[in-house]
Amino acid sequence: MSEPAPQPPISRRQFISWFGIAWVTFAAATTGAVSIVARFLFPNVVFEPPTSFKAGFPAEYEVGSVDERWKEKFGVWIVRTAEGLFALSTVCTHLGCTPNWLGTENKFKCPCHGSGFYKNGINFEGPAPRPLERYKIGIAQDGQILVDKSRKFQQEKGEWSNPESFLKT
Amino acid sequence: MKFNLKKTITESQIYKSMFRHGYSTSDRDRALSVMTNVFFHLHPVKVRKSGARFGFTWCAGGLSFFVFLTLVVSGILLMFYYRPTVEYAYNDIMALREHVPFGIMRELHRWGAHAMIITVWLHMFRVFLTGSYKPPREFNWVIGVILLVLTMLLSFTGYLLPWDQLAMWAVTVGSNMARATPFFGHEGPGAALLSLGDIQLVHAGSDVRFALLGGRFVGAATLLRFYILHCVAIPTVLVLLISVHFWRIRKDGGISGPL
Repeated sequence: MSEPAPQPPISRRQFISWFGIAWVTFAAATTGAVSIVARFLFPNVVFEPPTSFKAGFPAEYEVGSVDERWKEKFGVWIVRTAEGLFALSTVCTHLGCTPNWLGTENKFKCPCHGSGFYKNGINFEGPAPRPLERYKIGIAQDGQILVDKSRKFQQEKGEWSNPESFLKT
Repeated sequence: MKFNLKKTITESQIYKSMFRHGYSTSDRDRALSVMTNVFFHLHPVKVRKSGARFGFTWCAGGLSFFVFLTLVVSGILLMFYYRPTVEYAYNDIMALREHVPFGIMRELHRWGAHAMIITVWLHMFRVFLTGSYKPPREFNWVIGVILLVLTMLLSFTGYLLPWDQLAMWAVTVGSNMARATPFFGHEGPGAALLSLGDIQLVHAGSDVRFALLGGRFVGAATLLRFYILHCVAIPTVLVLLISVHFWRIRKDGGISGPL
């Protein structure tokens, strides 16, 4: 008569279910930790200038001029033509540097790689592949110009014909 | 009996506790003195004479490691004087040049960074030319490519720290590439697909560039992030992968022989 097989301390079925629980717990904890780390990198508050700002009254801008008073703080040129005003982004469409307005040559010129733009923002020289972007421009209730940088208009998409991209005077 | 200094030292308990084997001429002891040393054990126990020829390796891998060590030392020294805030960063760099003794320390760090790019590139070039990337070493080549990318990321993150105009705009231009990351960059392919109704999930305030810069453009948060990446995060990963890289040379059969 053979001896009965010794009873294992844990059955195969039990082992597999514990094993499964352990792995699921481990995977969940890892996913949670990675998500926390990823979310941690995105601050809730950033100390940057607001995306929309009031830019004074239209009468303060000369016809035919490129106004640089908001360039430093908000990254916007306000250009006034005979028809009206528009807000031009100061971010070069090549790699993101800030061009300079050269009044004597009547053009925007980027110091990084030499891209040139006409006063209306259209690119004509250098590596920039497309015109400068324009921001939403309108009139606030108190009659001041309101520029909203969260809404942009790109010429190559035909968006400059949008009435919000241009303020008729 | 005559006093023998050498014998007194090498037979003391202190010496023997550190070095288990004498500097013997037997092959076995030589191999053991490599195997039982925590630093040397990453290295192959034996190197083929033909493989160690200067004309075969150019010493490029070893030089890369040597330059990396000088960068670690000079970098730690620079950290004693440099504060990664908008208020102080540029002035601290100026002080490192003008007031701190051995102002060449910062130049050493910068030249070292350039030298490391060159030696890493030379190392990769010679590994390619000698066919040392072929099996069984193909995974070590992959680790090497990651090390190359990390080396360049170290240069890129270090570039911002002087906080001058060159640094600002170079990093502005460089980080703009992250906008075009597929799905994770707000101007990248696929990003427009990730939306809930009218709400874009990936926009300028939630994409991978935002996480890298800590904002929508290069600013105070970016300086701090790049400092942490440059001094802690990337070097840690680099040291880890360098260890694996060296260890695998041994495991994959030592330095490859000439073809």
